[in-house]
Amino acid sequence: SQMRSLKTFQRAFSTRDWAFKPTFTPEFTTHRYEKSMPAFRVMDQEGNILCKEFENIEKDQLIDFYKLMRKLNVTDTVFNISQRQNRVSFYMTSWGEEAEVIGSTAAIKFEDMVYPQYREQGGLMFRGFSIQDMAHQLFGNKNESGKGRQMPVHYGDKDKNWMTVSSPLGTQVPQAAGAGYHYRIRGEDKICMVYFGDGSASEGDSLTALNFAATLKCQTLFFCRNNLYAISTPADDQFAGDGIAPRGPAFNIPTIRVDGNDLFAVYNATKIARDIIVKEKGPVLIESLSYRVGDHSTSDFSKMYRDEEEMKKWENYLPIISDPILRLHKYIEKNNLIQDLEKVEKEWDDEVRKEVMKALTVAEKEKKAKISDLFLGVYHDKPLHLQEQEKELFDHLEKYGSEYGLKDYEAEQFA
Amino acid sequence: PSSFVMLRTVCRGGKQAIGTVISPVVHAGRQVLRQYAAAAAATPSTASPQGERKKMNLFTAINDALRIALETDANACVFGEDVGFGGVFRCTVGLQEQFGDQRVFNTPLCEQGIAGFAVGMAAVGATAIAEIQFADYIFPAFDQIVNEAAKYRYRSGNQYDCGGLTIRSPCGAVGHGGHYHSQSPEAYFAHTPGLKIVMPRTPVQAKGLLLASIRDPNPVLFMEPKALYRAAVEDVPVGDYTLPLGVGQIVQEGSDVTLVGWGAQVNVLMNASEMAAELGISCEVIDLCTILPWDRDLVANSVRKTGRLVISHEAPKTSGFAAEVAATIQNCCFLSLEAPIQRVCGYDTPFPLIFEKYYVPNAYKNLEAIKSVMEA
Repeated sequence: SQMRSLKTFQRAFSTRDWAFKPTFTPEFTTHRYEKSMPAFRVMDQEGNILCKEFENIEKDQLIDFYKLMRKLNVTDTVFNISQRQNRVSFYMTSWGEEAEVIGSTAAIKFEDMVYPQYREQGGLMFRGFSIQDMAHQLFGNKNESGKGRQMPVHYGDKDKNWMTVSSPLGTQVPQAAGAGYHYRIRGEDKICMVYFGDGSASEGDSLTALNFAATLKCQTLFFCRNNLYAISTPADDQFAGDGIAPRGPAFNIPTIRVDGNDLFAVYNATKIARDIIVKEKGPVLIESLSYRVGDHSTSDFSKMYRDEEEMKKWENYLPIISDPILRLHKYIEKNNLIQDLEKVEKEWDDEVRKEVMKALTVAEKEKKAKISDLFLGVYHDKPLHLQEQEKELFDHLEKYGSEYGLKDYEAEQFA
Repeated sequence: PSSFVMLRTVCRGGKQAIGTVISPVVHAGRQVLRQYAAAAAATPSTASPQGERKKMNLFTAINDALRIALETDANACVFGEDVGFGGVFRCTVGLQEQFGDQRVFNTPLCEQGIAGFAVGMAAVGATAIAEIQFADYIFPAFDQIVNEAAKYRYRSGNQYDCGGLTIRSPCGAVGHGGHYHSQSPEAYFAHTPGLKIVMPRTPVQAKGLLLASIRDPNPVLFMEPKALYRAAVEDVPVGDYTLPLGVGQIVQEGSDVTLVGWGAQVNVLMNASEMAAELGISCEVIDLCTILPWDRDLVANSVRKTGRLVISHEAPKTSGFAAEVAATIQNCCFLSLEAPIQRVCGYDTPFPLIFEKYYVPNAYKNLEAIKSVMEA
């Protein structure tokens, strides 16, 4: 039966119709990349529409998006300050990327799985994650769905089809390819969207994920947030090529490059990308160009590697002074979509500030999970050696519990 | 790997194919494989699931388990390098024809990609059965296995998990594999909470343990001793059955000394125990079967009976898994021990080619260890 299957395969190979069909020429060429792929933009930095056909977001929905972008920005600001005040141990802002993240998550379906990197809390908020939910996670208290296992901003919410953030960079990218493959062979019209940054795009995991997704035909939307910085490493130290977009066609993946600070562009590009994926049953790559306005995290002080001068250099391309919120503000003002715009904005912002302050106070008071939670979920069940180690810790805490600040944790009997 | 294919071709062709000149490496390799075959024949499974049986070797049994997994679970997929045509060790023969190239397929050549892709499939509900062609090449996948798969459930607060993930990989010495076709990397992974590691010895074990691993709601590394793929042959139940993970087997009962090993090394321990029997020493031989979590109580009860322990593995001695067994057993059985615990392992060198015969912890070295614990 081994020989029979060998013959079957040999026959299959000899009649194989190769997709890879090289051609030959006596004309010698060293191929060099000539021109940067331009990024698609609908609305310029002054809020003017450059192509009317993509000015297609309903007024009410646009106002909702704008409100959420401001909410995200203010939330980030207050949480960031709370870390400086030593209330929260760590935070990562997404200033400058509000349009990019909200615009893309809004353009896909709620059932679509999202694999974040770590700077996409705007998308999670779009799906209904509340400021209180965020605060619980930042304090790692017992109400947090991750049960305080990981550092702040490592959100995850299965009910919202939002994968839990993990610190290793780029690991989520091939995982999203696998998820997209499963959706395709199960015949589902679902996609898996994965966010990754310009730095993560250099990881072997990310590059191989593109190859896997194209070769195996996965319903995966690769969304690269190129915000020009990976901690202190500027894009020039990250790649010599024309960013991440050229990698798509190299693997035969339909690719879109988009102005990440333009809500209309990001929203439309993502919608179109999703349609391509569902129709062609293969991946799409979107590279979104933006700028990381804030520090990498609260453990970073970006003035050490960039100054006002440096940030000004990008003004003509991706003006961070005129960030995505300001651009949309100008559009809304020009088109009179909201009366008394500045007054309304101030009201929104004040309300959000109050909500975040309240959420912090509530979350701060909540207890952390029970100590026994330390040993739960390593495996599906708790194996013997973990049961014994738990007992060891409990015996220890019976004697030394007072040295450990147990009052911050949900009460539990150790005997 | 070209050298291994050459060996098989040479063996099939017989003397005519190569004339009278055989390279020392090929000769040594064939000797080792013959020894493995003889040893494997002498140590059948002690597990005995019911039903009609058919003669299978290790790779046929694995093939059968994969077939049953694909038949009984519509969400199951088998994939890796060269899996489509049947695999370099024939473990996936016939599967693509039967289940189609969407469920049984070749991936591009990238272990970190295979592992990441498999993790993602498992995370959204698939039963992902990935193959890493040789355990020696599993290291690019280390991050996905250790930092992702193993921690998926814990870090998400049990919202997500990689229970549907199984990674199979051939491991262990084969007579001519050298540095990169002989490694036993179980110790690196045993250090990772959240993973399970299983290593079968016999075809009956392989089929039952593989089905159990695939169905276990935790990510499992299934390490297949490649030297036993053809060498281990027995009558295996043709039906669907599983064997429990985390349970070791007493392959042979004895009273004087406990010998612990896993995979092909158990056969070496059986050879050593035969030689010891001629000296009047009665050895109890234990196959751990599952390395993580390992059956500590089985070993401890045996050591409380015999008072002496020898642990043996091909992997290098320092920080090999025998160190874990030794540390645990001396802790729980200290007062029962009549002699220091012995570890008979590969030396702390990369796995050498022409020195393989000297490097491996063979029956003679184990016999010496047995004698030394008896004399203590």
